[in-house]
Amino acid sequence: MTRQMLTGNSAAAWGARLADVDYVPAFPITPQTEIIETLAQWCADGTMPGRFVTLDSEHSMLTAAGAAAATGVRVFTATSSQGLLYAFELLYTVAGWRVPLVLVNVSRALASPITLEPDHNDVLAARDSGFLQIHAETCQEVLDSVLMAYRIAEDARVLLPAIVNLDGFYLSFTREPVTLPAPEQVRAFLPAYAPTHAAFKASRPMAQGVVVLGGAPYSYFKYQMHLAAQNALAVHEGVAEQFAAAFGRRYGLIETYRMDDADYVLVMSNAFATKGKAAVNRFRDQGIRMGLLRLRMLRPFPKSAIVSALRGRQAVAVIDQNLSVGFGGITYAEIASALYGEPRPPLLLSYIGGLGGKDLSAAEFDHMAQDLQHSVSRGEAPPPRLLYTDREAEQMAAFLRLAGKGEVA
Amino acid sequence: MTSSDTVYKSIKDLSRDEFISPGTPVCGGCGGLEVLRLAAKVLGERVVFVNAAGCFTLLALFPYTPFRGSWLYTTMGSAPAGAQGVRDALDILLAKGRLPPEDDLQVVVVAGDGSTYDMALSATSGTLYRNLDYWYICYDNEAYGNTGMQQSSATPYAAHTATTPEGAGDSSAIPFAKKDIFEIWRAHKPPYIATVSPRHPVDLARKFEKAKQFRGPKLFLAFAPCPTGWLYDPAHTQAYAKLGVECGIFPLKEAVHGQVTHTYVKRRWRPVEEYLQGQGRFRHLFEPVRQDAMIRTIQEAVERYWAEALSEKDK
Repeated sequence: MTRQMLTGNSAAAWGARLADVDYVPAFPITPQTEIIETLAQWCADGTMPGRFVTLDSEHSMLTAAGAAAATGVRVFTATSSQGLLYAFELLYTVAGWRVPLVLVNVSRALASPITLEPDHNDVLAARDSGFLQIHAETCQEVLDSVLMAYRIAEDARVLLPAIVNLDGFYLSFTREPVTLPAPEQVRAFLPAYAPTHAAFKASRPMAQGVVVLGGAPYSYFKYQMHLAAQNALAVHEGVAEQFAAAFGRRYGLIETYRMDDADYVLVMSNAFATKGKAAVNRFRDQGIRMGLLRLRMLRPFPKSAIVSALRGRQAVAVIDQNLSVGFGGITYAEIASALYGEPRPPLLLSYIGGLGGKDLSAAEFDHMAQDLQHSVSRGEAPPPRLLYTDREAEQMAAFLRLAGKGEVA
Repeated sequence: MTSSDTVYKSIKDLSRDEFISPGTPVCGGCGGLEVLRLAAKVLGERVVFVNAAGCFTLLALFPYTPFRGSWLYTTMGSAPAGAQGVRDALDILLAKGRLPPEDDLQVVVVAGDGSTYDMALSATSGTLYRNLDYWYICYDNEAYGNTGMQQSSATPYAAHTATTPEGAGDSSAIPFAKKDIFEIWRAHKPPYIATVSPRHPVDLARKFEKAKQFRGPKLFLAFAPCPTGWLYDPAHTQAYAKLGVECGIFPLKEAVHGQVTHTYVKRRWRPVEEYLQGQGRFRHLFEPVRQDAMIRTIQEAVERYWAEALSEKDK
């Protein structure tokens, strides 16, 4: 066990290395590239016994990843944003193959407009695919989640691929102290992948990924995936317990921060939750009983964990770093649906914030804290809002004038 | 790779064993399936077919498979990348001692022309660049067949497809010649490329046998007459397969490390009309008014091809 300063990307690469992956099909894209560069180096110099290959696109990359896993090896791959969408067809395809590979997605906002900085529209677009999704806040959690993801994905009750998500730039390029578990300890926690359900070999011919005709077999196989994904909730809890016993760090399906007596709750995910926790500390100093719920496992959706964490609260603000155009915040919708039917549910407020890497300032957290308190006194939630500061609006107006487009609307 | 000494002199030298069971859901008279059946006789049962979306995707139809070997359906655009994943994984398992050598498999992409000429070109190019050790069989029926014969970039000049209905006069459906996929492959310098026809089984078997000695991509462009799409009686598949070759339209050839040899050459090719006539997709060349200019265009393209091919040989 050693401690090092690692970026989120290096932590992801360390996760793959410690998981002793056999195969890394790759394709570069900002801000993920550091992961595959690191793995390329380790595979080239023999530090890692895995095989590294660069494909011609993310579509090919994920095909190769799935096909290799279907043949019987442990596979790791990584992408971001446009790359994830370029591979979109394969997300559904390889999930249906029931191959437990792990894909690290380094979140980056989607074109257009084309940009580099993060939000979660890329990874959330994949939420219906059959991939499990674990969202990490810190570099340590990135590494730990990669190891846990293999255990969960490879469990015979699950057998689905998994995405571990981290934020581009804010976490991918931020150095934090990370404890590296000893390889032999990891080996004990995560034994070699030895699939019995599907693999290619001459002595046991097998047809995989075959076509079905008619809705009945299709529905059967699709629903099997859903049941398997739901099993991942219980499997996660068992794996988290063993992980804590082995490495001393305990992860939940969700993380609750200063929630014990909280009247008000911020719901966030990924690296910006660190900003949210700082804001919670500030509010606590002011005597406001604020807590934070961080969404960690998003697929399968941990409905009952979320509902019990929010039960009895007065008001909850969901901050979505994503925008379902024409609807609003995606996790807001999922939490609202989870709370439906609860007797006396908390007021639920929806904010869109941090799109395309836009910062969340203290002023914006202050604004939400006020909204939360006012909504309770008024007895109703305000309409959903975009978090955007006056200063940002002024700057945007200046840009629009320069672009010859007049005043900002 | 197991290299064998099998020499194919006549049809009797081909294995009597069948590696693909009859009774599949593909159309009666499918030229592509006959190619696959013959190829499988040379490749044997230690194979995994990696399939792209197309007619042959229906071969393995849950819970049935006609293959004695294995099968993986991927997508339309990435079967070669699937072959990369399977081959790499087998190599990893072999190297780490987790797969006994006798459990190794030949990886064989099976894809139609729509995938091969269009969508999967990038993925194929990648495997050629990386010199992946695999086989590629393109069954070329010159259109998107499984969706009902729409134009692909393998569709030949003047052919009628569902998305290129012929207009008035000689404004035909397809104004272009088909892409020369053989030359596109050859530009990548793979060790072995060949064209094969179901009506020339000995030529086909020799080529598959010969390819076994090469490590790297072994690519086969298979002439796949298609009664459903070309609009002729399924009983005539072998006749059209033969005419395609005899009229010089589908040259039988191979390229070993880029060096092209034609494996079937005639002093005089039969006129292309014999091949065109009788196929519904070319009916508008003959009815209601004979389109002499277009037929001549096709004939001249064939003559130009062979003039160049044979002069290359003389160099």
